[in-house]
Amino acid sequence: MEATVIRTGTEGKTWGGGNEPLRASYGKMMMWFFIVSDALTFSGFLAAYGFSRFKFIDSWPIADEVFNHFPFMHGVDAPMYYVALMTFILIFSSVTMVLAVDAGHQMKKSKVVFYMFLTIIGGVIFLGSQAWEWKNFIQGTYGAVTTTGGNILQFVDEDGKRVALADFVTAAPATRVQHDRSNGLWFTEEPALPAYTIEDVKTSFLANENILVRTQAINADGEKTILTRAESERKLVAEGAGIVEGANLTHNEYGVPLFADFFFFITGFHGFHVLTGVLINIIIFFNVLLGTYERRGNYEMVEKVGLYWHFVDLVWVFVFTFFYLV
Amino acid sequence: MAHSSTHTHESNTKRIWLVFVILSIVTGVEVVLGIIKPDFLVDYTFLSMKLLNWIFIILTLYKAYYIAWAFMHLEGESKGLRRAIVWTSVFLISYLLFILLIEGDYVYEVFKNNKVSWDF
Repeated sequence: MEATVIRTGTEGKTWGGGNEPLRASYGKMMMWFFIVSDALTFSGFLAAYGFSRFKFIDSWPIADEVFNHFPFMHGVDAPMYYVALMTFILIFSSVTMVLAVDAGHQMKKSKVVFYMFLTIIGGVIFLGSQAWEWKNFIQGTYGAVTTTGGNILQFVDEDGKRVALADFVTAAPATRVQHDRSNGLWFTEEPALPAYTIEDVKTSFLANENILVRTQAINADGEKTILTRAESERKLVAEGAGIVEGANLTHNEYGVPLFADFFFFITGFHGFHVLTGVLINIIIFFNVLLGTYERRGNYEMVEKVGLYWHFVDLVWVFVFTFFYLV
Repeated sequence: MAHSSTHTHESNTKRIWLVFVILSIVTGVEVVLGIIKPDFLVDYTFLSMKLLNWIFIILTLYKAYYIAWAFMHLEGESKGLRRAIVWTSVFLISYLLFILLIEGDYVYEVFKNNKVSWDF
């Protein structure tokens, strides 16, 4: 390294870089400036989410009903527990990171190694949890009907408990085979046909007296509106246009399509930050193992990657609030 | 950097664990409130937002403060750097939120009250 540095004879003087503006080293200051700009990016996303939510304030999906899964607890309504666990894991990995920085200040290499290792594990667990959350979100639980106006109709029983389409719809004999490469256009195939059509849903609904339609509109109690049986029949027969199960960027069974878009985009962008954070942590972890910073005489690099890692945690605190709590 | 070796760094472990406990408790309170949703917090609003949501936002900012000050060690940076970071973000983000949320509410009013068929 030393050989490539051009000596100007002004080292240590103000114009030779001897003066540290704001009493922070160059690397640390640039990390802070990056973090500020990244924070503004995330704020832009969250503010756009807020905009859309205010625009659909009386029909926005209720997060407690969407994110209510917990591993190994099928069919149990567990709102928030899982995401609270994820938050806790990320905060804890932030703690181990700051402990690694602290150990670095005291030049205790083995402690830095241990805490950075824990941080990386925490990050990986968080990423896995997020993947699981996405899987549940994409797969969906109950299924719903889209209307001609692009709204979502969900189904509940008389107690207001959600009913899945698969629970009450019986499919009429299939009249159409799936189009794949051997029996249709050779260059394309279509996704698996849905198990039933919108017509099946309508006839099955009319046959099941005790099922009601729930619309997106939020009533005075902060709950989704449940129509009477007569209204339900009229609404479904007149407006039902298609079936939607799970979520993608254009349709989702939870309600306003923008909800899924923002969920994918914001938690995805945050997850991408966690992923890069884990990768950078791994690189620095090996540098610590190799003794790079021991030889350099300081562990400032651990501090800088730590700043990034805490920032990822900081963003999650806001995502958690605005996606799951508010 | 030459300056870090001249400083003597005493261990902050105790404070780190304390902050961890604070953050965990605050998160716990948020989750419990989010599950129970007490009636009186949901029924009353301030600036057309439920009290419960105000509590969530204030607790979030409280957590953000601890993460930035204790974990990211802003409390130890020079005043100039701290202000460059915090004031810039706070000013720009408040402005952005103000504009977008007001506009979102306006669009909602338009859909609701004007002669626009939203559900056809």
